Amino acid sequence: MLHIKCPHCGLRSQNEFSYGGDATVKRPELNKEVSDKDWDNFVYLRKSLIGKHLELWQHISGCRQWIKVERDTLTHEIFKTLKANEEV
Amino acid sequence: MSEKFRLDKGGLINRNKKISFKFNGKKYFGYEGDTLASALIANGVHLVGRSFKYHRPRGFFGAGVDEPYAIVQMNRNNEVDPNVRATEQELFEGLEAKSVNCWPNVNFDIGAINNFLGKFFPAGFYYKTFMWPKSFWYKVYEPIIRKAAGFGAASIKHDKEKYEHKYEYCDLLITGSGPSGLASAYAAAQNGAKVILAEDKSRFGGSLLTSEVTIGNQSGQEWAEKIISELKSMPNVVVKNRSQVFGYYDHNMLVMSERISDHLPKTEKYIPKQRLWYIRAKEVIISSGSIERPLVFGNNDTPGVMLSSAAKEYLKIYGVLVGKKPLVFTNNDSGYETAIEFKKNGIDPIVLDTRKNPNSEIIKEAEDLNINIKNSYVVVAAKGYKKVKSADIAKISDDKKNINNIENIKCDCICVSGFWTPTIHLASQSGNKTKFNEEIDAFIPSKSKQKETTLGSANGTFTLEETLKTSFKKGNELSKQITNKENKVSIPSVVEKKYSNHDKFWCVPLPEGKNYKRFLDFQNDVAVSDIQLALREGYRSIEHVKRYTTLGMATDQGRTSNLNGLQLVSDIENKVVPQVGHTTFRPPYSPVSIGAIVGREIGKHSKPTRKSPMHYWHEKNNAVFVDAGVWLRPRYYKQGNENLFEASKREARNVRQNVGVCDVTTLGKIDIKGPDAAELLNRVYTNAWLKLPVGKARYGVMLREDGIVMDDGTTTRISENHYHMTTTTAQAANVLSHLEYYLQLVWPELNVNVVSSTEQWAGAAIAGPKSRDVLQKLFPDLDVSNEGLPFMGYMEGNLFGVNAKIFRISFSGELAYEVNVESDNGNFMWEKIMDVGKDFNIQPYGTEALSTLRIEMGHVAGSELDGRTIPYDNSLEGLVSKKKDFIGKRSLSKLAYVAPDRQKIVGVVPLDKKTSIPEGSYIVKDAKAKLPNPKLGHVSASCWSVEYDNPFSLAIIKDGKNMIGQKLFALSPLKNKTIPVEIVSSHYVDPKGERVRS
Ligand SMILES: [Zn+2]
Repeated sequence: MLHIKCPHCGLRSQNEFSYGGDATVKRPELNKEVSDKDWDNFVYLRKSLIGKHLELWQHISGCRQWIKVERDTLTHEIFKTLKANEEV
Repeated sequence: MSEKFRLDKGGLINRNKKISFKFNGKKYFGYEGDTLASALIANGVHLVGRSFKYHRPRGFFGAGVDEPYAIVQMNRNNEVDPNVRATEQELFEGLEAKSVNCWPNVNFDIGAINNFLGKFFPAGFYYKTFMWPKSFWYKVYEPIIRKAAGFGAASIKHDKEKYEHKYEYCDLLITGSGPSGLASAYAAAQNGAKVILAEDKSRFGGSLLTSEVTIGNQSGQEWAEKIISELKSMPNVVVKNRSQVFGYYDHNMLVMSERISDHLPKTEKYIPKQRLWYIRAKEVIISSGSIERPLVFGNNDTPGVMLSSAAKEYLKIYGVLVGKKPLVFTNNDSGYETAIEFKKNGIDPIVLDTRKNPNSEIIKEAEDLNINIKNSYVVVAAKGYKKVKSADIAKISDDKKNINNIENIKCDCICVSGFWTPTIHLASQSGNKTKFNEEIDAFIPSKSKQKETTLGSANGTFTLEETLKTSFKKGNELSKQITNKENKVSIPSVVEKKYSNHDKFWCVPLPEGKNYKRFLDFQNDVAVSDIQLALREGYRSIEHVKRYTTLGMATDQGRTSNLNGLQLVSDIENKVVPQVGHTTFRPPYSPVSIGAIVGREIGKHSKPTRKSPMHYWHEKNNAVFVDAGVWLRPRYYKQGNENLFEASKREARNVRQNVGVCDVTTLGKIDIKGPDAAELLNRVYTNAWLKLPVGKARYGVMLREDGIVMDDGTTTRISENHYHMTTTTAQAANVLSHLEYYLQLVWPELNVNVVSSTEQWAGAAIAGPKSRDVLQKLFPDLDVSNEGLPFMGYMEGNLFGVNAKIFRISFSGELAYEVNVESDNGNFMWEKIMDVGKDFNIQPYGTEALSTLRIEMGHVAGSELDGRTIPYDNSLEGLVSKKKDFIGKRSLSKLAYVAPDRQKIVGVVPLDKKTSIPEGSYIVKDAKAKLPNPKLGHVSASCWSVEYDNPFSLAIIKDGKNMIGQKLFALSPLKNKTIPVEIVSSHYVDPKGERVRS
């Protein structure tokens, strides 16, 4: 079980969090033209990385904040955790 | 029966307390402090089971967790415990155990015929033989194999015992209380670290309990006792015996099973039988020691052949002789310790040493004691069926390839020592890339991936002096980093005997013309010939060889078999062991009971149960409940002998004719506040929200970004910047996370707060033509007329003294209201509604009637919003705004979503107006078409229409828009039904929606 440091609450076990996928994906802006390809990329296409991965987790059984976690997908090493509005 | 093999004195057992027990129905005596194994051996019992594949007789091989054979079925306080190791089960008064894997009994075992058919049971036999015909596998072969091959039988009764889980954090977790565990724990504890020291046996001390060493001025055993009692007295140390750390998971999370009551006749009240510890440790010290390696020779599985370290343990800890004419067969100095121990107790052993000219302190001591030592000697084969009676021994050539002068000598046990294998399972589980150590012919941990350090013989350090030195040092270092404190302790002096080098010899060649089985894996019956066969058949990877032959796959995880198996593969392949590599170790190290894994999460405790504030009223009024997620909801209220079908029809009909009341507390509720609340709703829902006036509710549909409907519900504008959102019961948690996702990550500029208020409100839906009369009586001062409180209107009121929110919304399609009060007032509200409703024939209705009402109205719910449908499919396209953007809108223009024959919801009525259509049925054009019959769609929900008194279903089918009026078929292969049907509008009742507005 992973040990994730919530930037708001501190070090907690994985079972307090839920996974939210790739944190580098940006939602296209509202009311803007989006090509089929760009939209498909946004909705469906994700890289399956080996190594460092910036991902979203939500501290659902804690502060309910969405946070960013930089994790190695191979070793599970967590390098850094960030608040939603922070950049790596 | 007397204990013929118990010494008059010695051992750590309590000779003042005699204990009686039963094995295979026969009564025996032992002492407090015995294991079942030591007590049986004391009584001369060596036949305890039958082997897995060949059903050969099985005795004892080890003295602890390494035991591959002596697995018994326990009967304790009328509970059955299958697959218990007799070497680990402590004796208690009245213990009852029996052999497993033999039928009809251990002495006469029908399965033993497999032994004589041995050549027909080579590696992969099951795979090869039973593959054809395929159908025979499931019906004929598998059940028979299972019956013959199974270990113990699990009870089918409910387990009365209690198990619990515990979560713990510590600075250092130390697994094993031998010299390395004790020294590192002691050093760390002095530095103020929070230490957990876990020992899987009942006694602390590990190898110190059986070795002849001096630490400081004490014996090893005395030193261990002193350290343990000091550790126990320290507030920062937790010392646990009978506790096996069996799994090493990510981020230094380890799991340990503590056997709290297994050694007692019965579990005390309020005490669990076992406890599973989830331990998050900053640092882990693996001090799990090492296990003696067997030597491989003919019939080396005969009862009476056992590890020499086990024989020594039975002598020194239990005062028990494993035999009175022992043969010690060794390739290193350890065997001599056992031989000397026998000699000291008046027994004359013979030592066969594979080495030509061994020379060391301990060998000198054995010689001085006049022990008969034969150098360059091996055991060729054990003789005897149920117990060793003699052994064929022989001189072995210097190149270890030829054996000469085979002679037979009488003996009643053969104690083997093939040097030591470090227990690296935990290190390997943690991700440590282990390396092969040529000097000890075994793998030891190398580079750590997590925060773990392996010490002592688990790390291949076999001298006590070196072990204590490194362990005190590491314990100090690791704890100092954490606590920033240092309280150095001096390392005591050590007196121990020096060992000479071991011989790399491990497998005795077969004599000419003999075909003895030479076993590698004792639990899974894997012999040398099986591995040879697997390699001849082309298996190369050790992982494949393992699976094909089952080498190392048994519950002992190959603790005694792995290295010899690897040796064999590398010998045949002309490789060295590190090239072959070992198979991956996975948790658990040792079997864990299912009860411990489940803990308290059984029955009602397997998930939380949520009850509405009106739950007890429902209970008192004969509600039959149904699980709705974690909620319990009334499914129907039983009157007399009614069944579900009759009751739900009555309840639904009463709503259509009079008035009904339904507990809707379970609906998800989210409180939304802030100046940008309307903007958020406008982006989340498919329809327009910016112009909703205060005091009005609106129905909304929300999508995922891929255009699939996520949820639906009504949201009400309570005041300028305050909205009350409702979600379906099932999606409540997901919708909240969804809103939080967009507010926190995508549109943080929106000034809005969302919070779940599901638990804060109790809700009652009052539905039916007479609902307004009920409402008026509840709120005599309010104008609840069609003008005063129109459809989708909202007002607040005072319900006999409690504040209430009144929503004019309808799920049933009738004139209806939902009244919410604070949860604590829920039951009060409910009773008032029932009370004032009496005059109007009010009846409560459950989820079954609720479903009926919504289905015949064509209102969609979870069975239509199933994660595969878009708004159009549910005839919700009217709610999709063309003007504004919202979550998922861009996806709705996908080609498949705008296809002219896109699937759409329809109503389905059986032509005979009698046959109910099972939910999940296919809709097809031609009932007799060739399979696979092209399906148009499926039936999502079915009910008995109370309006028309015939069955009615909803279905989502291809080109549903143009299917109205068509005659098709509903097929249910599951229920074996073919039903001719007509497709009608999904709005079966009140298609214009006049009732809700009346
Ligand atoms: Zn948090």
